[in-house]
Amino acid sequence: MGMGKLSVRELMAKRAAQEVKDGMIVNLGIGIPSLIPNFLPENIRVMFHAENGVLGIGPTPEKGQEDENLCNAAGLPVTIIPGASYFDSSLAFGIIRKGLLDLTVLGALQVSEKGDLANWIVPGKRVPGIGGAMDLAQKSKKVIVLMNHCSKDGEPKILDNCTFPLTSKACVDLIITEMAVIRVNKETKKLHLIEVLAPYSVEEVIEKTGAPLVIEGDILVYEGV
Amino acid sequence: MNEFGKIISLENALSYFHDEMTLMFGGFGGIGNPPTLIKGILEKGIKNLTLIGNDAGFPNIGIGQLVTANQAKKMITTHIGSNPNAGRQMTEGTLEVEFNPQGTFIERIRAAGVGLGGVLIDVGIDSVIDVDKQRVTVAQKEYLVETPLTADVAIVYAQKADQFGNLIFDKSARNSNPFVAMAGKITIAEVEEIVPLGELNPEEIIVPGAFVHYIVKTEGVNWKWAWEN
Repeated sequence: MGMGKLSVRELMAKRAAQEVKDGMIVNLGIGIPSLIPNFLPENIRVMFHAENGVLGIGPTPEKGQEDENLCNAAGLPVTIIPGASYFDSSLAFGIIRKGLLDLTVLGALQVSEKGDLANWIVPGKRVPGIGGAMDLAQKSKKVIVLMNHCSKDGEPKILDNCTFPLTSKACVDLIITEMAVIRVNKETKKLHLIEVLAPYSVEEVIEKTGAPLVIEGDILVYEGV
Repeated sequence: MNEFGKIISLENALSYFHDEMTLMFGGFGGIGNPPTLIKGILEKGIKNLTLIGNDAGFPNIGIGQLVTANQAKKMITTHIGSNPNAGRQMTEGTLEVEFNPQGTFIERIRAAGVGLGGVLIDVGIDSVIDVDKQRVTVAQKEYLVETPLTADVAIVYAQKADQFGNLIFDKSARNSNPFVAMAGKITIAEVEEIVPLGELNPEEIIVPGAFVHYIVKTEGVNWKWAWEN
């Protein structure tokens, strides 16, 4: 790390990594969230959890060092850190359902201003399935959605109401995209713009967001450096 | 060295599979799917299967191969995103898919495995998975009654078995396998190694042999993993 310019995906992961604090138990979704460990300070101790039965996931193994029986929930090879444990799927979800996860970072198709999450089906087109997302979204202490601000067709993914079937209602606490960091106020059911990511402007974020944004005071610009 | 009569040939094991059956399988994203039994079912051309398992694998990995070959008519599962063939068949109407939250799914299997009439879970209440499910209120909190899931035959993949069928697993290949092994009307364990009685440390046994009816020696994984190449 620290070499050259970050890709957009890396910039998003680096911003999300700021939300990971020392001592947390954290579950990361597939895709961009899986890049987060690359941007954590070395002095913090985090136990990464995987739904298939590992607590204490370490870095990706070197090429040639992969173990086909040591993978994350996406089926990708991982390593473990000292203090790690293996267990079955029931226990993996027992940890989630009991509320022991401090943080989960998920991808999404749509998020509403109430914090509703849709990430399991694009009706008639694509069916990723529910997987562990319903358990994770409903039971984690904090839920962050890390996703592109708009769909591939340019449609806003942050909306006043989701149009796709929901995974879980009123569960999202924070939305991080390539354009902005947005907090969901679950009491007022309003979205608060916290930061914009360089090179985007507040105006561009407002234009690409399908729900009103509360803007208070100066909005920080995150440069990723 | 087969005093319980549980160690059988692949050919014998395949006699338990037939068209229209319910088949539960252990594994998660292909890892922990029993490769030799799946290859046998594939080659025998068993069709109209109702598959019960965590996910639809990948198109050419694990259980995904049976979906790709159109041998399943229904899946009771949690996730099919890693196998686009499953999503396509679902959209076209040739594959019925019942989705469960992943944690709920394994508890339904566990319930069957340990003889429970169901489990009370609040995950997914008032959501798309909450269709015609019975509700109960316990201590002022509302739960869905999630019913047990069993199958005609359950197939699992384990690292080692002794001849009684005591099983141990390897790292994250354990996943759903222990409870799938417990939930079948008939359980067939495909294993990497069969060891003499007494060789497994009783403290490390994950599934007691009481749950396991038959044991088959594996021929090993016969697919390339998604991350290879």
